[in-house]
Amino acid sequence: MPAPRIPHPREKRIVFANIDREGYTPDIACYLRNGGYEDLKKAVKMAPAEIVAEVKTSSLRGRGGAGFPCGVKWGFIRPGETKPIYLICNADESEPGTFKDRYIIHQDPHQLMEGMIISAFALNVHLAYLYIRGEFPQGAQILEQAIAEAKEKGFLGKNILGTGFDLEIYVHRGAGAYICGEETGLIESLEGKRAYPRIKPPYFPAVLGLYQCPTIVNNVETLCHVKHIVRMGGAEYAKIGKPNNTGTRIVGVSGDVVKPGYFEIEVGSMTLGELINDLCGGLKPGRTLKAIIPGGSSAKVFRAGEKFKIKSKAADGSMVETEIGVLDIPLDFDTMAACGSMAGSGGVIVMDDTRDMVEALNNLNHFYAHESCGQCTPCREGSLWMQKITDRLLAGGGVESDPGLLESVSNNIAGKTICAFGEACSWPTMSFVAKFPEEFAARAKKQVPPPTPPEFLSETLIGAGH
Amino acid sequence: MSTEATTPKPVELVNVQIDGVWYQFPKGTKVIEACSQAGKFIPRYCYHPRLSTPGNCRMCMVELGMPKMGPDRKPELGPDGKPIHNWIPRPQISCAQEVSEGLGVRTDSKMVQDARKGVLEFLLINHPLDCPICDQAGECRLQEFSYDFGPAKTRFLEHKVKKPKRIQIGPRITLDDERCILCSRCVRFMREVAKDDVIGIVNRGSYSTITCHPNKTLDSNYSLNTVDICPVGALTSTDFRFKMRVWFLKETKSFCTSCATGCNTVIGARENLMYRQTPRENNDVNESWMCDYGRLNFHYLNSPDRLLAPVAKGVNEPDWTAALTATASALKSLPPSEVALIASGKMTNEELFLAAGLTQALGIMLHDIVPHTDAGDDILLSTDRNPNTAGAKLLGLCDANAGSKLPAIADGIRGGTIKGLVILGEDATALGLAESELRKLEVLVTTAMLPNLTTASAGYVLPGSGFAEKRGSMVNKSGRLQRLNRAIQAPGLARDDWEILTGLTEAITGTSLGLATIEDVFKAMSAATPALTGLSLSKIGDLGVQLPIA
Ligand SMILES: Cc1cc2nc3c(=O)[nH]c(=O)nc-3n(C[C@H](O)[C@H](O)[C@H](O)COP(=O)(O)O)c2cc1C
Ligand code: SF4
Ligand code: SF4
Ligand code: SF4
Repeated sequence: MPAPRIPHPREKRIVFANIDREGYTPDIACYLRNGGYEDLKKAVKMAPAEIVAEVKTSSLRGRGGAGFPCGVKWGFIRPGETKPIYLICNADESEPGTFKDRYIIHQDPHQLMEGMIISAFALNVHLAYLYIRGEFPQGAQILEQAIAEAKEKGFLGKNILGTGFDLEIYVHRGAGAYICGEETGLIESLEGKRAYPRIKPPYFPAVLGLYQCPTIVNNVETLCHVKHIVRMGGAEYAKIGKPNNTGTRIVGVSGDVVKPGYFEIEVGSMTLGELINDLCGGLKPGRTLKAIIPGGSSAKVFRAGEKFKIKSKAADGSMVETEIGVLDIPLDFDTMAACGSMAGSGGVIVMDDTRDMVEALNNLNHFYAHESCGQCTPCREGSLWMQKITDRLLAGGGVESDPGLLESVSNNIAGKTICAFGEACSWPTMSFVAKFPEEFAARAKKQVPPPTPPEFLSETLIGAGH
Repeated sequence: MSTEATTPKPVELVNVQIDGVWYQFPKGTKVIEACSQAGKFIPRYCYHPRLSTPGNCRMCMVELGMPKMGPDRKPELGPDGKPIHNWIPRPQISCAQEVSEGLGVRTDSKMVQDARKGVLEFLLINHPLDCPICDQAGECRLQEFSYDFGPAKTRFLEHKVKKPKRIQIGPRITLDDERCILCSRCVRFMREVAKDDVIGIVNRGSYSTITCHPNKTLDSNYSLNTVDICPVGALTSTDFRFKMRVWFLKETKSFCTSCATGCNTVIGARENLMYRQTPRENNDVNESWMCDYGRLNFHYLNSPDRLLAPVAKGVNEPDWTAALTATASALKSLPPSEVALIASGKMTNEELFLAAGLTQALGIMLHDIVPHTDAGDDILLSTDRNPNTAGAKLLGLCDANAGSKLPAIADGIRGGTIKGLVILGEDATALGLAESELRKLEVLVTTAMLPNLTTASAGYVLPGSGFAEKRGSMVNKSGRLQRLNRAIQAPGLARDDWEILTGLTEAITGTSLGLATIEDVFKAMSAATPALTGLSLSKIGDLGVQLPIA
């Protein structure tokens, strides 16, 4: 267990309230001492539709990556549905740069239990799954323990709190692949198959999900927020943050800052610059900022010094356009998207002037080529191709056409694949090459030699020296 | 199929615009099929109408436009009175999308062309490009679509991914994983149609590899269908591999005669040798499949042991007229009550009709066919391994209980009351008769393709033709009349069986039957058989016709 960490004064801790608290333990006794399961008691007295309405009012957006409005997703379940409805908690947390769900699981599992039980009650779910990343074996044990404890106390199982509502939650250990976090891949994996994502249409999980039944997939953090929405009421929750960007969210900062770590902040309450300089102690001495990946490794990179034109509503209701720099971007969903990237999973990766962007991209390309499930052609072949091109660039075999080729290959992937991994694997290449052209050009100086058997070409190129 | 009288629901039609032209399609039609019907073929690898749709190859992408809705939630109409479209800014797969009212499709826009080029480039970068030695060359979709839609030059300067080659993945199939484009058709076929889920994909990303599950082999009786549906040369038939370039094969439409199902086929032959047969789509019979047993059951046609000339007691020359005359007089020397005839459920209707005529010419009362049964399955393979039991019943060669008279015939031969036997295309030892018992017969006449214990004992051996060597019709187990076409010529002096039977009957009666062609035989047969009234060989067509019999 890490040494207790005092939250930064600019944090607003709701979901992470008990994380790293002195003396706080993951057992149910501790949770109950701290007011645990009171929100569930409140929830079961509400009508399920009322809870869904509160979640809608809260404007809660998914914390798993796509930022999809949670209430809208829940609204896809048809009233009077006759098939079983499933709830799946996505605890696969494997996007590089993302580290948040694991702390909830390890330190405050009953918060997640309570969030899931309330959500299941709201959605008329009697069977829920907790799909946890295979590399979190201890987390899985903790969750299983939490389930046993909750059952013993009557918060889970048959006739929950005497309401007649039944719910079982099963922990399912993930299959050790990033793609198991993609919701339809996750569903396939849960069904005991390879995590091959499904095509949408027709397999929208809320319509044809687990076992071809309506299924709601939500991230760990998202489901925890539901508990707090029930406590506060949707309208009150929506006052935190900004319209359409409500609540708090956990950001994990890694890379070249003095104090990397996780922080729960009010959405939009601070800029990237404030996050890095105030909460993370700034860059290491003598270093200057080079780049930020703002929302997990798939998010498009920002280059230090980049400017963005942002439209916003002035006090009189007219639209005004303002120019902002990278460090001025507020940490919310919409501005991040307006600046051409995404808030994604909340993983902020900071790179200073010591970083080689070709190397950094190559590192990401290795990850994506390794993790592509291999089902659809553009991602399967393109992700490894991009990796091999950057391998060759690093090994001294770059040719003039390589940056253009990287751009073209990434464009041939994005928007043409079964799942959003296509974007995830191509956006880094697209943005790195576009924003750091000089670094790629510097490594891509050779002439393309005349055609030879392709089998020998990469060696020839690398061996020929600069 | 339900026999309940249901009033067919009127099919709802929707209006769809394809490349600027408006069409109507029944609701539920897949966009890819609608485009084909409109004459705009969409290239595809993973999509197969009889398998589930994974949408993985991304080859069938088109541009889709949804009707633009006005403020009144009604489609906005253009100057032609038709809806205007909001085009989705990214290409969409057409295999999983169903047509909807007002949908717009562009099959050849710049976006679509670029998407196809991109996909083909991706498919080719790690492909070994060993087309010159690949069996699939000539019927390879990767070659074809690359030629039609692909990029002209490679931009790939890296090492290709290496994968296993020449894997004997099953007793009849050789796999080259480097050629595989991972369309998963084979996996889905084995899971969904053959119901033998033995192949799958291991590893991830570009290293994904088709393989058999540990300790399993691809040995299903339907395994070779994976070779047919594999769009590239990854799965090849071990039997056919390297035997013949496919563009040299002359194709003849036929059907399989190895069981009562009668799967429709295409025979591939060159220079009078049959090299393969592959299933031909017929929704009323075999959909798009056939079994391995039936598919490979043709090599006997090419056997060096084929009987090449007629043999008859007292005739020393290989001469048909002499042989038939000798056979006829031998048969006539016995009283009809002492002669039996055994026909075969492998004979065509025309042959069976003539065999029935022969029994009449000789006055034979005792006749039957030999049932052949073996394990069947729920997919295609019938327990009845005779392709034309239904025809034999229809034409009166046997009664409803085929084979019921065989014990009486065998007993008659053993007891000496039967002294003459005509056995057509069957081996009499199948009746449980020993060779020594056969030798007791005074007259033993047989038609055959290959030597067997009966031909060894027979005084009169008349060499006939195999299913690929002749024309004629058969009736499958569902009462469907189907047509064989000649793909190759019978070897040596071997004859079409209808000619043998006609010649023999004429030699017995001394009068001409007036049958010059197989069409004449069919005409005579249909005149005499109510179920065949109004039909002719040409009317049977490529897909057969259902007869009004149970
Ligand atoms: C390649 C890929 C990997 C993903 N991995 C995760 C993950 O590890 N955890 C997660 O919660 N969502 C992940 N997602 C997002 C899920 O598909 C899904 O949108 C999310 O779980 C929905 O939850 P939310 O609405 O609560 O955010 C991933 C998406 C993609 C495309
Ligand atoms: S985009 Fe990549 S990860 Fe997603 S289905 Fe296709 S190959 Fe698999
Ligand atoms: S072996 Fe052929 S059918 Fe099977 S996945 Fe590969 S290309 Fe497709
Ligand atoms: S099922 Fe019968 S007719 Fe079909 S291929 Fe097999 S043996 Fe031939």
